[in-house]
Amino acid sequence: MKPRKEHTRALIAIAFLTIVTIVIILLDLSWANWPLSISQVIDVLMGGGSSVNRTIVMTINLPRVVMGIFVGAGLAVSGAVMQAMFRNPMASPYILGLSNGAALGAALGMVTTIPLIPVAIAVPALAFIVCFATVMLVYMLSRVGGNIQIETLLLSGIAVSALLSALVSLLTFLSSQDQMEQIVFWTMGSLSKATWSNLMFVVPVISMGIILMATLSKELNAMMLGDAHAMDLGVDIRKVRIILLIFSTLVIAAAVSFVGVIGFVGLIIPHIVRLVVGPNNRILIPVSAFAGATYLVMCDYIAHSMYTITGVLPIGIITAIVGGPYFIYLLRKRKREVGWN
Amino acid sequence: MMNIENLKFNYNGKPVLNGINVDIREGEILGILGQNGCGKTTLLKNLNKNLVPDSGCVILDDNNLEEMSKKEIARSIAVVPQTNEIRFAFTVRDIVSMGRMPFMGTFDGESSKDVDIINDAMEKTGISTFSDRYINTMSGGERQRVIIARALVQNPKILLMDEPTLHLDINTQFDVLDLISQLSKENKLTVVIVSHDLSMVARYCDRVMLIKDHEVYAIGTLDEVLTPDNMDTVFGVDAELITDIKTGKRTVFLHGSTKRL
Repeated sequence: MKPRKEHTRALIAIAFLTIVTIVIILLDLSWANWPLSISQVIDVLMGGGSSVNRTIVMTINLPRVVMGIFVGAGLAVSGAVMQAMFRNPMASPYILGLSNGAALGAALGMVTTIPLIPVAIAVPALAFIVCFATVMLVYMLSRVGGNIQIETLLLSGIAVSALLSALVSLLTFLSSQDQMEQIVFWTMGSLSKATWSNLMFVVPVISMGIILMATLSKELNAMMLGDAHAMDLGVDIRKVRIILLIFSTLVIAAAVSFVGVIGFVGLIIPHIVRLVVGPNNRILIPVSAFAGATYLVMCDYIAHSMYTITGVLPIGIITAIVGGPYFIYLLRKRKREVGWN
Repeated sequence: MMNIENLKFNYNGKPVLNGINVDIREGEILGILGQNGCGKTTLLKNLNKNLVPDSGCVILDDNNLEEMSKKEIARSIAVVPQTNEIRFAFTVRDIVSMGRMPFMGTFDGESSKDVDIINDAMEKTGISTFSDRYINTMSGGERQRVIIARALVQNPKILLMDEPTLHLDINTQFDVLDLISQLSKENKLTVVIVSHDLSMVARYCDRVMLIKDHEVYAIGTLDEVLTPDNMDTVFGVDAELITDIKTGKRTVFLHGSTKRL
């Protein structure tokens, strides 16, 4: 049997992404607030290098890069899953109110002090909890007689999201100058606060979530044809949808609670990958994970390389500035192939 | 083969199906006819547990559907829905191979047996030559062939079809139903077709069932059921079952409406 076109393309895409990822990772590892050369980075990775360089690479830069890889992969896969599950090109981790939920939680953590719990734990913990609660609320709101209407789900997501966004603005307005800066900076996203102890939580949650979502690829493929098609092929769509919603939310909550709001990755990466490898989720999900990771680390590198001009930029700005125009180009040029007629 | 026993289904408290009893026979093509809103599509959805009856049951070869999982049911019952748009650029091969899903575990890829079954179904439905084409670039009739191939891949005992020709060009409607009729004969496949097209049902079905006011109004052979009286009562038309001289096939000739608005 001749190898199928999609498989060949997927292999090429993965090979290409692997090479790009390695280069980008090395580049990004060389940047904190002052740049090293790539050979210095390689020295450290091989176990050599000066102790200053070791600290820069292993303690400051590596956690940030690892965080970028897992957050990027998690956002892209969750976006791919939501677009497929809701058969809606606008579906992204943010449309269900996830980002504003997390932002409200984080803002609460910043303006209040909870006794015995340090801010470094309170902020991500509250972000995570409020983010998860938001999705559950949106989901409940859109239940009509035990069924979920996709349109209602997206609309209640948008409505709840707008409400939460107003609450974040209110908190920002009421907070002190110092807290205000923190909140604003958080909503622009940053990998810089990543530490190895954060990663002990983020890495297992995101990898487990991605793997579990990937095991439901076949069911997702059927659901992309329509709920009736999926049921006719023996898929228990209610169960599959709940499982996917829980895991995609877990993954996104884990990601945004430590790095803040990073937009666009979950929206555009799955679209771009779908253009290259087609809609089959068995291929789309792993390639999206790769592409999301590469994209976020690349944006982090760009954010750092602007250092001499603007200072290190919040990564959320870069993901949108780089991704937005490219996505608009794709929409204009290759409307049909994006796969949403 | 499949027995429907006193099946009742309510939607928002209103009865949609009010005690349906039918025995579907092996290898037959059964047509289900009725006006819009009579409950025929709801009945079809109850036959593979896309909807669960409020009371009564559906028995498939001695197994109560209620006790079977969706996946088990999909190994015996396949569905061809109304032609509808598929918005994603899946290839024809991708879509057809989805018919093997009910037989595969979470981590299974296609076995060589799966590949044989898929190729065979594409051969039978005449779509082998365009296995690499994208489904969202195809015509309604071509898409319907792909969905029929997918249904065959499920290796079903029963094929359920809901208005399978509704949005098709007239010539394509014949193509699709000729194909179904041929597949039914070759594979002893039982087919249930829901339709509101009297002449198509007369041409292709072995038996017909009329639904009126959420109940079975009549069931039997063409001659027993498609009488002028029944067609007047159920559809409000002046019509008769005739044999087309040129082809020797049965069809319904419509003289006009018997109801005035």
